Amino acid sequence: MERIKQIREALKGLGKQSATLMEVCGTHTMSIARNGIRSLLPEGVRLVSGPGCPVCVTSQGEIQTALDLAERENVLLCTFGDMMRVPGERGRLEDMDNVKIVYSPMEALTEAEKDRDRQVVFVGVGFETTSPLIAATVQEARRRKIRNFSVLPFHKTIPEALRLILSDPEVSIDGLILPGHVSVLTGRRYFDFITEYGTSGVVSGFEALDILEGIYLLLRGMEEGQREVLNNYTQVVKDEGNLQAMNTLYQVFESSDALWRGVGVIPESGLIFREQYRDFNALERFSTPVPDIPEPEGCLCGRILMGKSIPPECPWFGTECTPQRPIGPCMVSSEGTCAACYKYPEVVFKR
Amino acid sequence: MCLAVPVKVLDLSVDGTARVEKDGVTLTVMSSLTPDVAPGDYVLLHAGFIIQKLDRDDAEGRIRMIKDLYDGED
Ligand code: SF4
Repeated sequence: MERIKQIREALKGLGKQSATLMEVCGTHTMSIARNGIRSLLPEGVRLVSGPGCPVCVTSQGEIQTALDLAERENVLLCTFGDMMRVPGERGRLEDMDNVKIVYSPMEALTEAEKDRDRQVVFVGVGFETTSPLIAATVQEARRRKIRNFSVLPFHKTIPEALRLILSDPEVSIDGLILPGHVSVLTGRRYFDFITEYGTSGVVSGFEALDILEGIYLLLRGMEEGQREVLNNYTQVVKDEGNLQAMNTLYQVFESSDALWRGVGVIPESGLIFREQYRDFNALERFSTPVPDIPEPEGCLCGRILMGKSIPPECPWFGTECTPQRPIGPCMVSSEGTCAACYKYPEVVFKR
Repeated sequence: MCLAVPVKVLDLSVDGTARVEKDGVTLTVMSSLTPDVAPGDYVLLHAGFIIQKLDRDDAEGRIRMIKDLYDGED
C-alpha cells in the first residue's frame, strides 16, 4: 500500500500531461479493472484495452469449426476452459459431450495415447505464450508416434495487430503496457518495432504495483522525450526471450494471414502448420475449411479490441449482453474488456 | 489465458519432464523448453510447461530502474 501511495505521488509530480496508454494483454485488462487502477491515475491519462484476449479474437467461423468437430463421431475435443462458453450458431462447447477442458496441450496428448482408436483434437488458440508449447506438444506426438492427435491452428501473433493499431489514424496511442508472459517467450526486443511508430512501451508484470510502476515509467519517459521499450519484469523477461521455445514454435508453424474477430484479416498474424507437420493439422485431417460467419449484429468487440470503442458505447452492453447471456466474445471471456467493465462498474472508462 | 505461475523445481527426469511443487502439491510438468533449469530453481509454469527460470538475483532489477521513486528503500 505504501508503495502504491508513493507512486501516486510520483505520478502527480510528473506535471500535467495527457496521454492514452493501451494495455495489450487481457490479463492486464482484468487486473487493471479489479484493482481500480484507472481511478489512481492523474486526470488526462487514459487507459484503453487492446487485442490481447485470445478468446475475443477467435473468429466466429473458428468457433463453429470447433463445435462441428465436437459433433463428429469418435472425436474428443480438448480445449482450454476459456473457450467453453463462446456461443456458436447452435450451442456452445460446454453443452457438448465429447469436449474436455485441459490445462495443458500435453493432457490432450495423454488422452490420445490412452485410446488410439479415438481422434483427439486440441483447439489451438492463444498468443506467443501458448503457441510454442503447442508446437512442443506436436513434436512430442511425433516422437511418441501418436497419430490420432491433431490441432486446430487458430493461434495469433501480437506484433502485426499492434502495427495495425499504431498506424490507424482513428486511434492515437502514446504508450503500450506490453504483455508480460508473451514477452517471457518472445523477449523484450520483439517489441522494439513500436518505437518506429513513435510509441513507447513497458513490459510489465500483473500485480497492481507492477502495472502502476509501468505506467509511471511510460509517462516519465514521455516527459523526458524518450521513445523506448522498457522491461520492468526482469525476473523472467530477457531481451532475447526463450530461444528454445521460439525455435520450436517456428519448426512446427510458419506465419500466415489470420482473421481476427471483428477486425478482419491481418497479414502475417497467424500460424499455420509447416509442410513437415501437416499431418497434425485438424483442418486437413477432417477436411473442414473454416466457414465465413458474420459477427453478431451490433457487437462492438472488434472496435473495442482495437482501442476504438469502450464497452458502454455498445447498445447491448449490460442489457442484452451480460456475462450470463453474452452476445460477443468480449463479454464471454473472463479477460474480455466488456466482462471487466461489467464486473467492476465503478471503474470509469474514459473517452 | 496467458497467466503463468511461479513454482519450485523438485527434480528433473531424462524424458524432458520435471516434478515441481505448486502450493504444496507435486506436479509433473514438461521441462523440454528450458534446458538450463536445475532442482531447487524457481520457475514460471504455463499450460503444463516450464517457460522460464525465475532470476531471483534480478528481482530487484526493476527497483533499480525506478530508484528515484523508492529512494532510500531496499
Ligand atoms: S457488450 Fe456484448 S455485444 Fe457489446 S461489444 Fe461487448 S461483447 Fe459485443
